[in-house]
Amino acid sequence: MVGKIRIWWAVLALWFIAAAPAQAELTIEITQGVDEPTPVAVVPFAWSGSQALPEDVAQIVHNDLARTGLFKLLSRDNMLGFPSRADQVYFRDWRVSNTDFLVIGRIAPQGNGQLRVEFELYDVLKEQRLLAEQVSAGSANLRDIGHYVADMIYQKLTGLRGAFSTRIVYVTAEKMADQQYRYRLQLADSDGARPRTILESREPIMSPAWSLDGKKLAYVSFETSRPAIYVQDLASGKRQKVQSFRGLNGAPAWSPDGQKLALVLSKDGNPEIYILDLVRRQLTRVTHHYGIDTEPSWTPDGQSLIFTSDRGGLPQIYRVHLASREISRLTFEGAYNARARMTQDGRFLAMVHQTGGSFHIAVQDLKTGRLDVLTETGLDESPTIAPNGSMILYATQEGVRGLLGGVSLDGSVKFRLPAAKGDVREPAWSPYLQ
Amino acid sequence: MQDVANLRTVFYFDFDKSVVKAEGFADLEAHAKYLALNPGASIRLEGHADERGTREYNMALGERRAKAISRFLQVNNVNADQLEVISYGEEKPAVLGHDRGSWSQNRRVELKYVSR
Repeated sequence: MVGKIRIWWAVLALWFIAAAPAQAELTIEITQGVDEPTPVAVVPFAWSGSQALPEDVAQIVHNDLARTGLFKLLSRDNMLGFPSRADQVYFRDWRVSNTDFLVIGRIAPQGNGQLRVEFELYDVLKEQRLLAEQVSAGSANLRDIGHYVADMIYQKLTGLRGAFSTRIVYVTAEKMADQQYRYRLQLADSDGARPRTILESREPIMSPAWSLDGKKLAYVSFETSRPAIYVQDLASGKRQKVQSFRGLNGAPAWSPDGQKLALVLSKDGNPEIYILDLVRRQLTRVTHHYGIDTEPSWTPDGQSLIFTSDRGGLPQIYRVHLASREISRLTFEGAYNARARMTQDGRFLAMVHQTGGSFHIAVQDLKTGRLDVLTETGLDESPTIAPNGSMILYATQEGVRGLLGGVSLDGSVKFRLPAAKGDVREPAWSPYLQ
Repeated sequence: MQDVANLRTVFYFDFDKSVVKAEGFADLEAHAKYLALNPGASIRLEGHADERGTREYNMALGERRAKAISRFLQVNNVNADQLEVISYGEEKPAVLGHDRGSWSQNRRVELKYVSR
């Protein structure tokens, strides 16, 4: 597989996200794409208003598609024209520039501050229109529109639902003085743009987790000098401390129905997995073992938890079926497999896998048992899977700073999201948002 | 009354281990003696791990180490009420750096007096 992959190392930052500089803004650099990416051209959208728009919608679409590594985007400099309507499209021009698919669009003021965005997707070789749609938005929401357009085009071209309109949360740590850090929980678009701070603390913040409706976050904060689990509503900012026993209070994970949190407590002596029913305020212990049981996450059907345990001597991934409490071991390759996350179709596990003394992101096919190591860097952790199963975001180290990396589930596409400053870790990819 | 100010307060651990090393025994026994003689005194035992491995698993490792020190003190007649165990996992490294030297300084338990 590796030999077939053409690697385009883009040493210079390819696409800087055009937004106001903010804390820990992430910028995306594609480091590896698929062997034969599909050539696509996204023509700048025509604008019939008088004042300049705050965002270049076509550029957002361009960047989103490029980031997948599946497409080769024609640069604007190489376009023979900038058509914005069907009657301006000369397919021969686009065939000459080796473009297979063409995106055009136009934006017009609609009155009452709203904008109408129309876009079309063409198959250049068949000279066919594949998609034509119009949407309305305020000018403050043009980035959302750009991601929406990219989602539609991605879905048409790949058959897979796009995940550009999703968000990510992550934790940053900035060293202020000796032994003094500032920790921030940040929320951003899936491309790293528009970051905002959800929580800031002098004490560690860990393990952010999305509720499946995308409206709430659970996380661990040490702000009282002891770890506690909090749930925060994103729209209102309101938060609640849901668990603070003596000892560990960690690794919260939402059940698919949003009613429960799986979490880790050591109040009974050593780390065990519990389920907290948020509605009935009821706590149920799930594991009973003197070893370490931690890092629970739910299977998409809500019937089981997968978790890390060293009950066999070394950390491996196990599954506990909640109705029967039957426990089975899922990983056997290597001496260290931890913090697994399952794809929505239940087929794959992404996890941290140690090999030769270093830690990588690996994917195990639960059907065949095959395990593939996807990353080459040495301190990779915290894998989180896009809701469409296309990409894994994870934390890694470069020099003495932490940054986020991305890799497709088959390992063919890679990108990195370095922050302007500070240490970035523990990404969590949102579900689809509405 | 014995002075604890000059005693060692940071105790190091081997990779993936939570066994209290012999080099710390004398100082821990002296802390234990002080705590046993001063029932009003109390300490926090803050356990830490190096950066290798996953964060929540390292929280568990840090706790295991702090609990090993806690047991050592309790065996030496310290009341459990005088001890609090907190794990910071890999979240508060003493030293930044991705090498063996840094890791060995980060695998530690810090003993901190809350009251004397």
